[in-house]
Amino acid sequence: MTAYETLRHFADSYGLAVITALYLTLCLWHFRPGAKPHVAAAKHSIFKDQTDGE
Amino acid sequence: MEAVVRRLGVWALVLLASIAAIALTPDSGFAIHMGIVALVAVILIIATATSYDPLAKAQSIFKMPPGPSRYDDDVIRWGVIATMFWGLAGLLAGVFIAAQLAFPELNLEPYLNFGRVRPLHTSAVIFAFGGNALLATSFYVVQRTCRTTLAFPGMARFVFWGYQLFIVLAATGYLLGISQGKEYAEPEWYVDLWLTVVWLAYLAVFVGTILRRHEPHIYVANWFYLAFIVTIAMLHVVNNLAMPVSLLGAKSYSAFAGVQDALTQWWYGHNAVGFFLTAGFLAMMYYFVPKQAGRPVYSYRLSIIHFWSLIFLYIWAGPHHLHYTALPDWAQTLGMVFSVMLWMPSWGGMINGLMTLNGAWDKVRTDPIIRMMVLSLAFYGMSTFEGPLMSIKAVNSLSHYTDWTIGHVHSGALGWNGMITFACVYYLVPRLWQKERLYSLRMINWHFWLATLGIVFYASSMWVAGITQGLMWREYGADGYLVNSFVDTVAALHPMYILRAVGGLMYLSGAVIMAYNIWMTIAGHQRAEAAMGDTAHDAANDRPLARPLAPEPAE
Repeated sequence: MTAYETLRHFADSYGLAVITALYLTLCLWHFRPGAKPHVAAAKHSIFKDQTDGE
Repeated sequence: MEAVVRRLGVWALVLLASIAAIALTPDSGFAIHMGIVALVAVILIIATATSYDPLAKAQSIFKMPPGPSRYDDDVIRWGVIATMFWGLAGLLAGVFIAAQLAFPELNLEPYLNFGRVRPLHTSAVIFAFGGNALLATSFYVVQRTCRTTLAFPGMARFVFWGYQLFIVLAATGYLLGISQGKEYAEPEWYVDLWLTVVWLAYLAVFVGTILRRHEPHIYVANWFYLAFIVTIAMLHVVNNLAMPVSLLGAKSYSAFAGVQDALTQWWYGHNAVGFFLTAGFLAMMYYFVPKQAGRPVYSYRLSIIHFWSLIFLYIWAGPHHLHYTALPDWAQTLGMVFSVMLWMPSWGGMINGLMTLNGAWDKVRTDPIIRMMVLSLAFYGMSTFEGPLMSIKAVNSLSHYTDWTIGHVHSGALGWNGMITFACVYYLVPRLWQKERLYSLRMINWHFWLATLGIVFYASSMWVAGITQGLMWREYGADGYLVNSFVDTVAALHPMYILRAVGGLMYLSGAVIMAYNIWMTIAGHQRAEAAMGDTAHDAANDRPLARPLAPEPAE
């Protein structure tokens, strides 16, 4: 097998599986149990500074 | 004193090196560029050695509030002014080349022909106008969301001024005929190296500021900014790998050749759209839309899905620029499939931005800044629908190489990037210059409608032109020969080109009104004008009647 074929085979199998798993983990991480207060805090964090620091 | 002498020595070395380069190079464009570098060195020597401080002088011209503010806002003010300046320059160049296409006599050889002014226009609006807006807003947002000042204040100033030098070298280079010939990556090797240095400094300032944050969570806008900075660094370095012919000349040759070069170029080109014009501006959206609306973003979790989906999908979409070329068919299909998949996160992001206004939709009527933001999100949605559509091979066979592409790009650039940038500048100027309000809200209204109508003229004329062109190019007669020559299609498009120039002119005049509004705000004036969305109230009739009405007789 050429280097191209080896790399291509890897990209089409394990590489694809790892990237998909990583993508799903990162997307679903903020849906984990107990994440709700953290998400809400982050969502409102920009309003702690109402006077724009001036 | 020792530091001053050391600095003077460095600037003197730069000056000597650039003079030596001017003397030795056979390349007149390169000599002019080295002249610009020498001029910068002279200014730095004068500013270091004497009490003459050009920066302080310029700051007093632009009435920047003296003394330290709580946050490090100086460089942001400069960024806002540069955004306005380069925006006007870039839009003017755009109107000029649009007029050149309609009236070819305007091609003033050699410096101001279409081939040289067109990259000047694209770079001025994308990298100078958009880039300065991203620099300014990223420094503003990262400080506010991290509740800390910039990590390396000196380096942040270097980033700003170094970036302006990059813009000047790039822009003058195009007019002098110095170009790598790669779309959106035209600057030659030495300008590319300079930009790499500036960009790594930008990364250091941004990451440094995030690292010293006082807020536990990194707000999602900073994720988008960071993705933009990191990805642009990677794209820029890989796509510009090249070997200069000589260290004393502008010309270089790409490290790649043939279809590999084309794929690298469009991997760069499409991700410049994805990470410069999308991720960076989405960062602006995720901070400034909630701030202006006074409501948190509709769904924080959706914004995170939006983020990771863009990161994971965008990077594969580039091959759709090379449909029906020597690129392997599977790579073209890959690019098409990922482009179509991108539609979903893009619309998720658009819905997230628009739904932020849920319960505050009345502000669209009374707050022209919110109205601009809503329009920009609408155009984000429209162009991220049109893009996947055009990446489908069957559609692309009609649309590719036609003016439809130009129309698509401008609905995204003028509608999405332009409008969100204008809205952010309107948001920032009164805050950065510590003014009570803008000079005029009604002028924003004028700007809004001129820009919107300009985009409508632009996009619709380019749709008609593009589809006309595509259909004429592919038309066969009964004998199997093409029916139209190329020049037939050009003649057919002439009215559309005039309409496009009119649309561009309207968009430019909106920006001129904005520049006046910003200028007067900075000068400290407030225009006497009726408030936007006054509630009608008739005090004379707002009272109980004197006598109760006689009850009606029962049936």
